[in-house]
Amino acid sequence: MEDIVVRNRGVEAARVAGEAITLGQLERSLRRPRTLLNFVLSFTTTVLTLSALVPLFSVVYMLAAEGLKRLNLEAFTSLPPAAFEEGGGFGNAIVGTLVMVGMAALISVPLGILAAVFLAEIGPTTRLAQCVRFAAKVLSGFPSILAGVFIFSVIVLHMPTYSAYAGSLALALLMLPTVILTAEEAIRMVPAKIREAAVGMGATPAQVVWKVTLPTAMPGILTGVMLAVARAAGETAPLLFTALFSNYWVWDNGLSNKTASLAVLIYNFSGMPYENQKQLAWAAALVLVLVVLTTNLIGQSLSRRDPQE
Amino acid sequence: MITLPKDQQGIARPPTRWETGSNVAFRAMTYIVAFAVVLLVLFIIFEIGWAAGPAIKRYGFGFFTGVKWDPNTEEYGIRPHIWGTLYSSVLAVIIGTVLGLAVAIFLSERFLSSFIHAILRFFRVQHHGFWGKLPDGLEVLLKNLVQLLAAIPSVVYGLWGIFVISPLVQPMCGWLHKHLGWIPFFDTSYNPYSMLPAALVLAIMVLPTISAISRDALVSVPPKLRQAAYGLGATRWEALISVIIPTAQTGIFGSVLLAFGRAIGETMALAMLVGNANTLSWSLFSPANTLAAMMANTFPEAREPNLISALMYAALVLMAITLLVNLLGAWILQRASRGLKGAR
Repeated sequence: MEDIVVRNRGVEAARVAGEAITLGQLERSLRRPRTLLNFVLSFTTTVLTLSALVPLFSVVYMLAAEGLKRLNLEAFTSLPPAAFEEGGGFGNAIVGTLVMVGMAALISVPLGILAAVFLAEIGPTTRLAQCVRFAAKVLSGFPSILAGVFIFSVIVLHMPTYSAYAGSLALALLMLPTVILTAEEAIRMVPAKIREAAVGMGATPAQVVWKVTLPTAMPGILTGVMLAVARAAGETAPLLFTALFSNYWVWDNGLSNKTASLAVLIYNFSGMPYENQKQLAWAAALVLVLVVLTTNLIGQSLSRRDPQE
Repeated sequence: MITLPKDQQGIARPPTRWETGSNVAFRAMTYIVAFAVVLLVLFIIFEIGWAAGPAIKRYGFGFFTGVKWDPNTEEYGIRPHIWGTLYSSVLAVIIGTVLGLAVAIFLSERFLSSFIHAILRFFRVQHHGFWGKLPDGLEVLLKNLVQLLAAIPSVVYGLWGIFVISPLVQPMCGWLHKHLGWIPFFDTSYNPYSMLPAALVLAIMVLPTISAISRDALVSVPPKLRQAAYGLGATRWEALISVIIPTAQTGIFGSVLLAFGRAIGETMALAMLVGNANTLSWSLFSPANTLAAMMANTFPEAREPNLISALMYAALVLMAITLLVNLLGAWILQRASRGLKGAR
């Protein structure tokens, strides 16, 4: 702050000398270095902020321009094309993504909520709770590919082949910390007086959780679940070597076989030299982004309703 | 225990055996699940370390200095990958910090809403029912748009990088190599799959992390500090540079570290763009490799136990680096929020 005072020395000197401060000295003119610097920095910040938004619009534009070309019924209902084949689609990849994300949610949501109940209700100050919070934070900071590495080592290597089960376990591993941390936050938001009223009526801790806390915290918990689902739907790295990819429908191949997913399809097709595959990759990317964004928006709209009201 | 006569008991009763039993069972279940989460994380670390065991025994410390990755001769070294990981992450974080910090300042100083407000005042509609809500509404919209960048899956960024960014920077890179080729950064000719497009895409991906956390840090600077600076006659940027940013610097630094942790572990965009070549080079235009991208490209076909073990060793290294960076970032952010409590 000293330099500000120093820079005001001109005005200060004029005052000490008994001269009247002229309006010119207080004027905000771009000819003065201080105001000029202020203007230049504000301008630079504005330009940089606008340029940070350019990629977003560019991605959205490319998705609309390239993806809409091939977004027809065939894309949703048919299997991926072979190298020089025309047409085709990614129906099996959509089904595969839905199935694996669904199974991952079935595993991670109950476990995550139980852990969150422990963190927020049963033993919030115990040493175990501190360890769980730390573990969840470590898990949420893990690169997603490590989930794939772990499942590959524990499951895929001991099974005949890659499978949808392995893929959904890897995704569940990534969803778990999000569910735990957001559910804990949501349960903590439940006003103490509601909980105390239930205790005062003679409810056991389990009854308080089941009949009062969880129903009240449900919108917040669902927000966390939706965010986790959106994240899992877009993940590629953990599926690359757990579920791999397949050119067939899940119901023809079974869940214990290689399974297709939208994200891996985009990855595979983006590196191919054929125009048909590239177009399908863009169409699949459009579908994936729409799914992820819709899930995100639904999740956020749920939590906007305050549980205290 | 006092027992009331039957007619005064009302509906009050002690919990039934089923209620106490289910209570105990439920509490035990949450304990078990919580314990299992901790065990799970320990098991992940143990399992990857165990699977890496043979490679650790065989290659030891030479794994970090070796420059060859050759499954045929079973020579494995990850120096190029570590270099590529750190180089791409540092580049991405530098670009991402410049942009992200600008966005954070733009949002926390409410540039947009004051600009819109000025326009509305020019038309004298700033108190109008609909127009009056516009400045705040657009501000929230802008904040959400930046956060939208975080929601786009990384494989889509990879696709976008291949078909938009890489061709877009090509002419500029050709010119740089031709005229400034003596600078180590530009000393190879441009490869469409190389460090620069990868780092640019990575920068976009870490930008929302930096801008969101930095904005929170800037907003939580106590208003009296800002008012004091203005009272001394500081301009907006003098207040920012000499008071607000220094006060928020721990939070900003924490956000940069967390972004760095994300950049290190980011896989798909790099696997698609970085070129998958084990080179040690300063050049921005030469293909390179990162730990995560190498794993994504090698794991799906890995079947020989030796290769798998070497890959696990690489995974262990990646895990150690991200763990270190993330814990450091989290620790700094925690200190930042604690430090600000004193200033209030």
